Amino acid sequence: MRFTLRQRQIIWAYIFMSVALVFFVIIRWYPTILAFNVSFRDWNVFEGSGPWVGLENYQEIWKDAGKPRSSVTAAFSNTVRYVLFGVPSQLVLALAIALLLAQIRRLSAVFRVAYFAPYVTSAVAVAFVWNWLYQPETGLINQGLDLVGLPQQPFTKSPAQALPSITAVAVWQNLGFAVIIFLAGIQQIPGHYYEAARIDGANAWQLFWRITLPLLNPIIVYLTVLGTISYLRLFALVQNMSPQGTGGPLKSTTTVVLEVYREGFSSYKMGYAGALTVLLFFLILLITIIQLRFFSRRVEY
Amino acid sequence: MKRSKLLMLIGTLLVTALLLAACPAAVPAEAPAADSAAEEPAMADEVVEIEYWQYNFAARVDAMNQLIAQFEEANPNIKVVHNADIPYAEFRDKIAASVPAGVGPDVATLFYGWQSVWIDSGYLVPLPEDAFPPAMVAEKFSPMVQASFVEGTLYTLPTAVRALALFYNKDLMTDAGLDPESPPSTLDELADQAAACTQRDDDGALVVQGFVADPAAQDHHWFREVLVRQFGGVPYTDDYTEVLYNDEAGMQAWNYLLAFHTDLATGDRDLFDGSTNAFVGGHVCFHVDGSFRLGTIAKNNPEMNFGVAELPSHNGIKSTFGSYWTHGLTKKAAADQARFDAAVKFLQFITSADAGALWVDIVGELPAQLEAGSNPELLADEKLGAFAAGLEYSHATFFADESQQRQAIIDSFDMVILTDEDPATALQIAADTDQEVLDDFWSSR
Repeated sequence: MRFTLRQRQIIWAYIFMSVALVFFVIIRWYPTILAFNVSFRDWNVFEGSGPWVGLENYQEIWKDAGKPRSSVTAAFSNTVRYVLFGVPSQLVLALAIALLLAQIRRLSAVFRVAYFAPYVTSAVAVAFVWNWLYQPETGLINQGLDLVGLPQQPFTKSPAQALPSITAVAVWQNLGFAVIIFLAGIQQIPGHYYEAARIDGANAWQLFWRITLPLLNPIIVYLTVLGTISYLRLFALVQNMSPQGTGGPLKSTTTVVLEVYREGFSSYKMGYAGALTVLLFFLILLITIIQLRFFSRRVEY
Repeated sequence: MKRSKLLMLIGTLLVTALLLAACPAAVPAEAPAADSAAEEPAMADEVVEIEYWQYNFAARVDAMNQLIAQFEEANPNIKVVHNADIPYAEFRDKIAASVPAGVGPDVATLFYGWQSVWIDSGYLVPLPEDAFPPAMVAEKFSPMVQASFVEGTLYTLPTAVRALALFYNKDLMTDAGLDPESPPSTLDELADQAAACTQRDDDGALVVQGFVADPAAQDHHWFREVLVRQFGGVPYTDDYTEVLYNDEAGMQAWNYLLAFHTDLATGDRDLFDGSTNAFVGGHVCFHVDGSFRLGTIAKNNPEMNFGVAELPSHNGIKSTFGSYWTHGLTKKAAADQARFDAAVKFLQFITSADAGALWVDIVGELPAQLEAGSNPELLADEKLGAFAAGLEYSHATFFADESQQRQAIIDSFDMVILTDEDPATALQIAADTDQEVLDDFWSSR
C-alpha cells in the first residue's frame, strides 16, 4: 500500500506528536488520575495501595480546618494572600518596567537580560540569596536600614512580615517573564493609533488609558491567569525561606502545596495529601474559569 | 480505507502509551527479584546467604565491613552481602520498594524514630525472645534502648547510640573572665555563666551569645527528656501514650528554657540561622548538642577551642536524651527458616559489646552496651567521655511522628517569643497538639 506524500507527512506528524503524548500521559495524566484515586484511599506509601475509604480524607480535612491554629486553614488563607499580594504587584511593576523599556533603544538588551535572569534562576538559589539579604543584624538589607538610621526588621523571622517578604521575592523572580510578554504586546500595538490620537490632541495619560491598556487586555488576562496559577502553587521559595522549611514562623507562610508535601512525605498520610491536591486542583480550575470569563473581552478599533 | 489505517496506527500508539503509563508501578518489584532467585535453594549444610542494608556513610560502611569479615570467619557457612550504596535521602524509598516485594535486606539499619512506621508497614518482624531475652536487653543495654520495645515487643537492637551533652567554647569563656576548666555543672550555673558570657555592643546588639535556646535544634529534646525530669516531672507516661509535661514541673522547665530568650536575653536563635550554626561559627559560649556534632566542628571550624561536659544537673537529677540507629530483621528474613537463623546470629554479633567497641573507634558513636560504654578509656576521652557518661541515665523519646511532635514545641516557643503568648497557655497548646499526634497514632493500632 502506498501513501501520498501529503499522507506520509501527516502520519509522521502524528508519530512525532505521539512521543509528546506518551510523555504527557505518563508524566502528567497518569499521576493526576492516581492522585484522585489516592485521595479516596487510606493510602500507605510502603505498600503502594490501601483500602477505599470514600470521602474520609476530605472529611478529615474539613474537621482539621475547624480546629484552632489549623495548618489547613492557614495554608488556604495564606495561598489566597500570596495571590492577592503577588499578582497585582507583579502586573503593575512589570507593566511600568515594560513601558520604560519600550522607550529606550540603548542598552535595552542589557536591561531585558537583567530583568529576565531571576526568572531562569533556580528558586532554591534565589531563596538562599534572599535569606542572606533578609538576615537580621548581618543581612545586607538590615545593614542598609542601620546605615540610614532606620530600625532593623525581622523579615522572614516574624509572623507578620514573613509572608509579604516571601511574596516580594516571588514577585522579583517572576517579574522578568511578565516584562518580556508585556514588551512584546506593547510593540504589537500599531503606531498609527498613537499618531491619530495625538493629532486629535490626546495627552500621554490618555494615550495610555485609551490605547495601550485596552489593547494589552489579552496579555493582562494571560499574565493574570498564569501568575495566579503560579502563586497558587507556590512551594520552593516557602520551603527554602521559612524556618526549617515548615511554612513558619507559626504557620504564617505555609501554602497548600507545602502542606501536601508535609502530610505526604513527612507524615506519610498520602490519602490526606492526595485529597488536599484534589482540592487545590479544583480551586485553580475554578479561579481560572472565573478569570477567563470576566476579564477576557475583545477590544477592537 | 487509508484513513482507517491511519486511525489504527494512532490507536496502536495510544494503547502503547497507556501500557507504558501502567508500567512504572510494576517495575521496582521485578528488578531486584532476579538477584534473590539465585539464592533460594539454600540447604541446611550449604552456605546461607543473607543481605544486610544500611545507608551510605563512609565510616559506618567501613566499620560494618570489618564486623562482617569477623562474623564470616567465625561462621563459615553464612555469607553476608553488604549493600551500602544507597544515599541517605533514598534509603527509605528503596526499602519501601524492595521489602514488600519479598526482596532486599534480611537485616536492615534504621533510625529508631522510624520503627513505628516500619512496623505498621509490616517490614519488621519481632526479634525472637530466646535469642534476645528482654531481661538481657534491660540489663546490658543503655536504658534508651527500651524505645526499641513497641507495645512490649522487641523489634530492633543497636550497635551504637548517641547522647546529648554540653558543648562549651573555652576561648569565649576566658574572654568573659570565666574558668574554661569548670564549665557549668548545674542548671543554675548554666544560667549564671551564660549571662556572664554574653557580650553586647554599644547599640545593644549581641556580639557573643551566652546560650541560645533553640527548640528547632536539640533543645526540644533537652526540654522533654532532660529539663522536665530535672524539675521533678516526666514528659510522657511510660508507654508514651499520654503527654504529661503540661504540669507544674513542665512549666518550670519551660520557663527555664524561655528565660534564655526573655529575662536573661543571652541569645537570639535568629542570628546565624539557629544555635548550631552560631556555636560552630564560634559566636556562642554554651550549647546543647549530640556527639554527631563533633564531626561537624572538626570539618567546619577545626581551630575552635572547645570542650564537652555532661549536661548540667538540677535537684541532683541527671538526664540526657539518647537516640540511635538500630538494626531490625525483615519480613524477607522471616520467610525462610535457614536465612532467619543466620540473620539472628548476625544481629547478635553486630549488637555485641565487642562490636560496639569497634564501632566507637571508627564511627565515633558510643557503644550501646553499657559494658563497652563504661570502658575507662572511653570515659576518660576528652570529647566522647561526657557522652559516654550520659548513657546510663539517658532516655529516648518514643516518637509517633517526630517532625510533628518537634514542631509542636517549636510553635509554642515561637508563640511566646514572637507573639507574646502567655507561656502557660503556649505549653498547654504544645501538649494538646502533641497529644493529638499520639492519639492519632495509637488509635490506628
